[in-house]
Amino acid sequence: MTDQAPAPIVTLTEAKKHFGPVRALDGVTLAIEPGDCIGLVGHNGAGKSTLVNLINGGISPSAGSIKFDQGDDALSAGVRSVFQELSLCPNLTVAENLRISHHELKGFGWRRPARAEIRASLDEIFPDHGIDADTEVDTLSIAERQMVEIAIAFAPRGTEARLVILDEPTSALDAGIAGQLIAHVKRFCADGGAVIFISHMLGEVFDVASRITVLKDGKIVAESLAEDFTREALVDAMGHVAAQEAETSGALQSFGPEVVRTPQGLAAREGEIVGLSGLAGHGQAAALAQLFLSRSSAWRSSKSPDVVFVAGDRQRDGVLPLWSILKNISISILKQGSRFGLVDTNVEANAASDWKARIGIRTEDTNNPVLSLSGGNQQKVLFARALASTAPIVVMDDPMRGVDIGTKQDAYSMLRSEAARGRTFLWYSTETEEACQCDRVFVFRNGVISAELTGADITEEKILEASFEMQQAS
Amino acid sequence: MTLLAKPWIWAWGAAALTFALTIGLTSGRGAGELAYAALSFGAFAAIVGLGQMLVITLGPGNVDLSIPATMTLAATLALKAMGSMPGTALLGLAIALAVGFGAGLTNYLLILLLRLPPIIATLAASLIYQSLAIWSNRGLRIKPPEALADFATGRFFGVPNVAWVGLGLAVLVWIALERSVWGRWLLATGQNMRAARLAGVPVERVRASTYLAVSVFAGLAGYLLASFSGGAALNMGAEYLLMSIAVVVIGGTSIAGGNSNVPGVWGAALFMFLVISMLNSYGAAAGLKNVLTGAIVIAIVIAASTRKGRK
Repeated sequence: MTDQAPAPIVTLTEAKKHFGPVRALDGVTLAIEPGDCIGLVGHNGAGKSTLVNLINGGISPSAGSIKFDQGDDALSAGVRSVFQELSLCPNLTVAENLRISHHELKGFGWRRPARAEIRASLDEIFPDHGIDADTEVDTLSIAERQMVEIAIAFAPRGTEARLVILDEPTSALDAGIAGQLIAHVKRFCADGGAVIFISHMLGEVFDVASRITVLKDGKIVAESLAEDFTREALVDAMGHVAAQEAETSGALQSFGPEVVRTPQGLAAREGEIVGLSGLAGHGQAAALAQLFLSRSSAWRSSKSPDVVFVAGDRQRDGVLPLWSILKNISISILKQGSRFGLVDTNVEANAASDWKARIGIRTEDTNNPVLSLSGGNQQKVLFARALASTAPIVVMDDPMRGVDIGTKQDAYSMLRSEAARGRTFLWYSTETEEACQCDRVFVFRNGVISAELTGADITEEKILEASFEMQQAS
Repeated sequence: MTLLAKPWIWAWGAAALTFALTIGLTSGRGAGELAYAALSFGAFAAIVGLGQMLVITLGPGNVDLSIPATMTLAATLALKAMGSMPGTALLGLAIALAVGFGAGLTNYLLILLLRLPPIIATLAASLIYQSLAIWSNRGLRIKPPEALADFATGRFFGVPNVAWVGLGLAVLVWIALERSVWGRWLLATGQNMRAARLAGVPVERVRASTYLAVSVFAGLAGYLLASFSGGAALNMGAEYLLMSIAVVVIGGTSIAGGNSNVPGVWGAALFMFLVISMLNSYGAAAGLKNVLTGAIVIAIVIAASTRKGRK
């Protein structure tokens, strides 16, 4: 490649993507040229994944355009992606996984060229990798799988990789291997390839990226050469500048004795609202599930349980889809008033109508099926289920996901009044704003608590700082 | 909800239709005898079907394939203990139920401790139960005590005693499912075990009690069947493997779990008996009979499930 401006591999013009009322991407203009290595950063829900999926053809834009210099789609333009969630087929060998996205390999004896190609790619990126092309993927470690996935993305596969999107590629790799990858990315870009590099390790981003693009609320809020950014400026750009709500009560509040303390360091006192924050998927949900399971039993049940759970993933963890609203609310309080093991239908009907009114579930009759409700109202049902019990500790796994703003406000005030009555809440939220409403916040990174913030220290900036690795990736 | 939307209506409708078709052949003669036989033989299918229904309600992958072997083992050991002696009926019953309890406990422990899929665990365990039955029986055919045999073949208010037992059990299961805390727990576990656990349902206790219940029911069915037919036989349970599952599915219980149907099990149990006797009275050959039975069962299941889908 020469120095005169080459044609961009992909050009996005005012690209937008809306999911219903949610503006995941709200007008992004971006051109990626051969030789570019773009560091893409932003907080949860900033639109990184949506942008990646637009570029690799996973979804199409609601408005605006995406143009490639070769062919009409991402595939013929040589766009490749490596995702955080590993996408290899675990029951196939390394070489067979290459074949899935390599359509040139046909007929008898395709395994031999497949083996050679994946071996060459692995050797080039990760010298001394020690991975056999005939190993089945499910016998590999997470790090080795990630390496295979990266090698497949960079392999020629009959065409040529020209733009490779790496979404958190180093989260499963140790420092040495990550260094090999970063060296390869630099070589690849120097030879005229392009890379989009997404990582929460800011050190790495500074190390590898030629340009850094900051996304916030679906828009590009800062874009510049890497050397023009400082770490602080980057964190500032990602954060909100919105005026902080006036603290109402705050500092003088006193709490009861400590009621939760996990080996991991998570702690809560009576009447306290404790937030769990950090980037999505860094161990917050697992910590909460662990806490709930360790304080409840699969064998015993009690009239007054110790802890209740509000699910955020409603389908997987919460809603019982065949049942009415009433039965969904009452499942955790069946033992209240039961005699000879029979359900007291008065108690459950009262609880359902009481909570329908208090939490504002929009339905005429609680005997309607729970699936007749909108997502936000189903979420209210799950809140009602937990709050109707007498449990002193309420564990909430990102319960406001996909909930409209009105419901959120109702829920916030509900939490406050329940906490004032001595209930303890542990609340994982992917929205930093919500974490700022808590009395104490634990920030998670890579499955461990990286910071504990209290009082005036609970700010967007501090949470962001603790969510991102500030040290150089060595 | 209209009557047609009730999932059990199909089983009962089909049973009534087959009954009418069979009686039509003899222009009404023998209707009472046919109904009596259907109630007698249907009772055994209903008893094991009720147990199987509870297990299937636990959700996908849950089924008990050890029912036939448990029936055989319970009947064999009970009859051996009674040894045709008068006054030992209750002892035999206790032994049959205890054998059922032991089999259920074994099944559940295999599922829990070895993490085996229930299909594999219960099938493997059933080989053991069957072998135990063979080993303890050694080809002997012991008659039940006379009073017990009389009870098993007798009637009360014109209805066979075994049908009364089956009906009583159905009422108990219905109350447990519709009214009790345990029933709610079972139905919640069947819809989504993870969600149920997170809602505070003691899901392992529910699973354990369900696998115990199905085996105890099988033990009871084996005891009654052996008393009814004059002794235990090593193949006495064989037809109840498919029968127990068929009556659950035809009865309108959701194979995906979380949704039970007690009246449907009885309707389907009667239907399964009546289909065979209808084909018999029309003089169908054995092979054709099997093909037709299979086809009719499939047709009923499709009719019932499309009805639900359209709703």
